[in-house]
Amino acid sequence: MPKRKGKGMPDPAGHFGPFGGRYVAETLMSALIELEKAYKEAWRDRSFHLELDGLLKNYAGRPTPLYFAERLTEKAGGARIYIKREDLAHTGSHKINNTLGQGLLARRMGKRRIIAETGAGQHGVATATVCARMGIPCEIYMGEEDVRRQSHNVFRMRLLGARVNPVASGSRTLKDAMNEALRDWVTNVRTTYYLIGSTAGPHPYPEMVRDFQSVIGREALPQFRKAEGKPPTAVVACVGGGSNAMGIFTSFLRYPRVRLYGVEAGGLGLSSGKHGATLSRGKVGVLHGSKSFLLQDADGQILEAHSISAGLDYPGVGPEHAWLKETGRAKYVSVTDAQALSGFSLLSRYEGIQPALESSHAVAFAYRLAKSMRPSETVLVNLSGRGDKDMGILMELREGGRDGD
Amino acid sequence: MTAIDAAFRRLRASGERGLVVYLTAGDPTPAASLRYLRAAADAGADIIEVGVPFSDPTADGPTIEAASRRALSSGMNVAGALELVRRFRGTHATPVVLFGYYNPFYRYGWPSLCKDAREAGVDGFLVVDLPFEERGEVSPSIRKAGLDWIPLAAPTSGMARVRAVDRAGSGFLYLISVTGVTGVRKSLPPEVAAWTRKVAKAARLPVAVGFGISSPAMAAAATRHADAAVVGSACVKIVERNGRGPRGPAELSRFVRSLKKALR
Repeated sequence: MPKRKGKGMPDPAGHFGPFGGRYVAETLMSALIELEKAYKEAWRDRSFHLELDGLLKNYAGRPTPLYFAERLTEKAGGARIYIKREDLAHTGSHKINNTLGQGLLARRMGKRRIIAETGAGQHGVATATVCARMGIPCEIYMGEEDVRRQSHNVFRMRLLGARVNPVASGSRTLKDAMNEALRDWVTNVRTTYYLIGSTAGPHPYPEMVRDFQSVIGREALPQFRKAEGKPPTAVVACVGGGSNAMGIFTSFLRYPRVRLYGVEAGGLGLSSGKHGATLSRGKVGVLHGSKSFLLQDADGQILEAHSISAGLDYPGVGPEHAWLKETGRAKYVSVTDAQALSGFSLLSRYEGIQPALESSHAVAFAYRLAKSMRPSETVLVNLSGRGDKDMGILMELREGGRDGD
Repeated sequence: MTAIDAAFRRLRASGERGLVVYLTAGDPTPAASLRYLRAAADAGADIIEVGVPFSDPTADGPTIEAASRRALSSGMNVAGALELVRRFRGTHATPVVLFGYYNPFYRYGWPSLCKDAREAGVDGFLVVDLPFEERGEVSPSIRKAGLDWIPLAAPTSGMARVRAVDRAGSGFLYLISVTGVTGVRKSLPPEVAAWTRKVAKAARLPVAVGFGISSPAMAAAATRHADAAVVGSACVKIVERNGRGPRGPAELSRFVRSLKKALR
């Protein structure tokens, strides 16, 4: 079974330095304590890992390949670019790693119903998939705006037998979907398992989701060593709530020379105020159960995020990322909507790989970074998902004359 | 002894049960909201919870969520709520609990918040999303200002937690009647009575039952074993219906009187 992990973080109460913790209604406290206990037991149980590893291999298609992006490297003319192909995992993104783990846990805990929030719909699809596989009824909360722009994934969830509840409040995106999922959970807490998709939320979610996603880095590190004989110079991943980034970062934390970059949604540009760059522009606060950086006004009211990619369109971020930023272990940068679209085009045209718009942010930054580096150096990009779900948005943009290249 | 302690002592001495009324600060405007607060106090509310609006009220149902939106668009914030309490204090002595979510309070800064709250005439705080495990960065400021910290107990808490939160808090213990969000309910499940009796027996603090109580009969039933009832959404609905209209405070006053009558 995988070793336990990132330098003893979090502490027993779920704190990453001053971040994290459990800021929830009293009604949910016992459920979180029960979940933490069940999770710790499961993680120590060999049979749990045996079943999870079997599903990751035979159902989700792991290990995913590590791919040397030869033509993109040539075009950049700098560091060698490698891609961890999470887009090839079952359901089209890294989200399945976590939903399989938590799905098994929900079943072990005897929960009769699973709920989840989703932004781009990737976590919703991965949750609906696992619920179908396990025969557990499933309800997904999704902001109306996201239901519109990711209709492809809404259709997939419905075909998988899940009920999709559009959420009409606030900005009608991921934040509001999470609000509504929390309201459902506080009402049905005795029978319902809340399957959070990111390294956000109250303890133990940030730790648990990281642990289930850490399979990405556990594969990538030996794969990379095999290809290059040493760890990469830099690792790049996009950050909304932060699950794919924590998934790949965790294995590299103990190599202080490996530079870690989290790429946030720059939206229309940081100065426009329309972005999702929580770590770059946010202030410390509490939302959805944990303390971290937040986009908020001077009164502590949460601001609406903006990104072309629904999965990064979130005004909060996981507490461990806040900690990695604070300690300087990881750097957080941002990439605008337009730059992300160029990232999409580059990978499509030069490698024949169409990334999700979320992952396109990581591609765009990795390309820029590689350009500035020496050919003896290397960049590892986590390609968290594939772009099929974004064809509608891309078609709209093309018709509107805003082509990506 | 705080003003909240004194209120419960007086209630016990007279054999009455208490009425806690919740209203959102600034709903629909700061001026109208002050008229509603005064009406509730004049009609016999024993304690008033003044809600500070938050953009993402995940423990609240549609009624209080809508009130928060109205209040936010009227410009209400923590400083505005303190100003409202200060003006209310000019005319009324009814104890006031500032009720809300962690983030706006945190943004204001706990040490200055507690000091300013005390000066404005606030008697206690109730923070919905701050369980007692996380209260460490808050309680020194609360204690220093001599304010009460109202703890919450839920049907899922279990008696060990109930005892722990009861000991960690002061003023009264807010007992959440049912799992779920705030909002008007037609009835409460029968197990609420047994649960309330059990908690009231174990608790050191007076117990106020809240969530879903929306009529005099429900208030009377909910307090058979408790010291007080909290009525929120049903009062907020009166504000929602009347807004700044002249008949609103009178309608709220009639409703509060009917609740109070059922608790005597």
